Amino acid sequence: MPARAAQKKKTSLSSDLSSRLLEKVPTGIRGLDQVTHGGFPKGRTALVCGGPGTGKTLLGLEFLVRGALLYNEPGVCIAMEETAQELVTNMASLGYDLPALVRQKKLAIDYVHIERKQIEETGEYDLEGLFIRLRAAIEQVKAKRVLLDTIELLFLGLKNDGIVRAELRRLFHWLKDAGVTAVVTAEMGDRTLTRYGLEEYVADCVLVLDHRVNEQISTRRLRVVKYRGSSHGTNEYPFLLDDQGISVVPITSLGLNHTASTERISSGVPSLDAMLGKKGFFRGSSILITGTAGTGKSSFAAAFAGAACARGERALYFAYEESPSQILRNMSSVGQNLEKWIDRRLLRIHATRPTAAGLESHLATVYNEIQEFKPTVVIIDPITNLVAVGDLHAVKAMLTRLIDFLKLKHTTAMFTNLVFGSGVMEETAVGISSLMDAWVVLGDVSQGEAERMRTLSLLKSRGMSHDTRMHRFTLSDKGIEIHGNK
Amino acid sequence: MATSKRTAGKPENHGAAQVKKAKASPFKRPLWELRLYVAGMTPTSIRAFENLKRLCEEHMHGAYKIQVVDLLERPMLARGDQIIAVPTLVRRLPTPVKKIIGDLSNTERVLVGLDLRPAGGWR
Repeated sequence: MPARAAQKKKTSLSSDLSSRLLEKVPTGIRGLDQVTHGGFPKGRTALVCGGPGTGKTLLGLEFLVRGALLYNEPGVCIAMEETAQELVTNMASLGYDLPALVRQKKLAIDYVHIERKQIEETGEYDLEGLFIRLRAAIEQVKAKRVLLDTIELLFLGLKNDGIVRAELRRLFHWLKDAGVTAVVTAEMGDRTLTRYGLEEYVADCVLVLDHRVNEQISTRRLRVVKYRGSSHGTNEYPFLLDDQGISVVPITSLGLNHTASTERISSGVPSLDAMLGKKGFFRGSSILITGTAGTGKSSFAAAFAGAACARGERALYFAYEESPSQILRNMSSVGQNLEKWIDRRLLRIHATRPTAAGLESHLATVYNEIQEFKPTVVIIDPITNLVAVGDLHAVKAMLTRLIDFLKLKHTTAMFTNLVFGSGVMEETAVGISSLMDAWVVLGDVSQGEAERMRTLSLLKSRGMSHDTRMHRFTLSDKGIEIHGNK
Repeated sequence: MATSKRTAGKPENHGAAQVKKAKASPFKRPLWELRLYVAGMTPTSIRAFENLKRLCEEHMHGAYKIQVVDLLERPMLARGDQIIAVPTLVRRLPTPVKKIIGDLSNTERVLVGLDLRPAGGWR
């Protein structure tokens, strides 16, 4: 008997220790688990606040839906702002079928409506009715996750703030006891995080969502303000709302701890490879191609992408100037048949106008596409146009993050950049060139009256001996040919 | 929710619920259909029921019925009438639906809430 008691004591001690380590539940929302280093605190309540239209409800619902679909954790949504039907419609636009989840008993939605006009208050009361509904819904689907959206409406619906506050405190305690992981949404306040000071009650994990419009271009951002007992990313992270829901871009400047590859890959132009120590670029390096208008930057990019596909690798082409069909047509005129690679799903062209979104959103899109398509070669053509939506500093910050992310994945990136005039180095080019491992400068020189001559020089190519002379090159239906480097 | 439509004539089985049948009336009188939502027989809910009974006897004698719903027994009924606070008194008839939350200790407020001002208007 004493031995057993001792053993019991031991296990209770060890479980005591493990209970001190904060357990987390993954949200399943793309990128958010990386930012929060694992998800939301298990069995506790996380607060998501932000202004109107920042995506609070969607984040909460996605937490439930992803939990049900990915982690087999059913969820309960207490909706006080939108009816179940409205939620179903909103989530359908993100590709989620809420009614199906309800049928499968993975989700319960209870629309709680308080019409202050209908209600008279006389004497003492408590909010046990709400508790009972929550409990019933939790039992109905055996929920592990709960969303309270937006619990603050209780303050608008009921006159007695004192009772509401006391009952909210009781509610959060009750949620903790019930062992469910909850998300509470709240409207941003003027001086406080939330309008009614909910952060007073829920202080374990607080996220702030933000939606900023800068020069008519909007960017959504997310920040973890507080995460008690856990480390977390402290930056503002851009996030996207698209047809697949929310995705947070967890990349910030990752630092310079990636391993450098010694593998060389072809540029797609044999005569350029010859200039690059006869082998081509390093895999995982970042390559900048600058040039004045019409010097063939995109042709080099297309050749590079084509070479990757010919090796059986995937290439992802972000076009900010031309539509995919325009690129295909133009490239076939210089001997690059890209269409066959698209048909074989080795090449994907993602074309958008730079002004369609903010820089951060572009970064998020690029990030998502890369995560999904898993290319070994990425082309951004051109980065010049991104400068149109952000200042140089912002562009440089974005590119640094993107390049760090690509390098970690050993993805080779080629950026093209339009420069104006000849001889004068553009500010942009100089600003970003320090991030690049190789820099190809294209230009043209007038030759007599009638002819222009295209020129190419390798301004830098880190880590390899390379040809530093300026060369003449031609573009024809046979492709790119650099002369005089034999 | 079929149970919520149950008439007073049928035997009720609402756990701790108590039902007052409308008294048979020789005249056609407007019928008051009231429902009191509580969560267990707490002092507050007992007080609310007693306040309500007294008030009904005074102001709508013989023309009312009270149905007490204990949400601990029938939690799903809370959705239908959108109950969040207890006790909540719901005036289902005459329409429009009215809600009064609290222990009904402030008689004046209850009468206003039930549209019974001036008092005794139905008698």
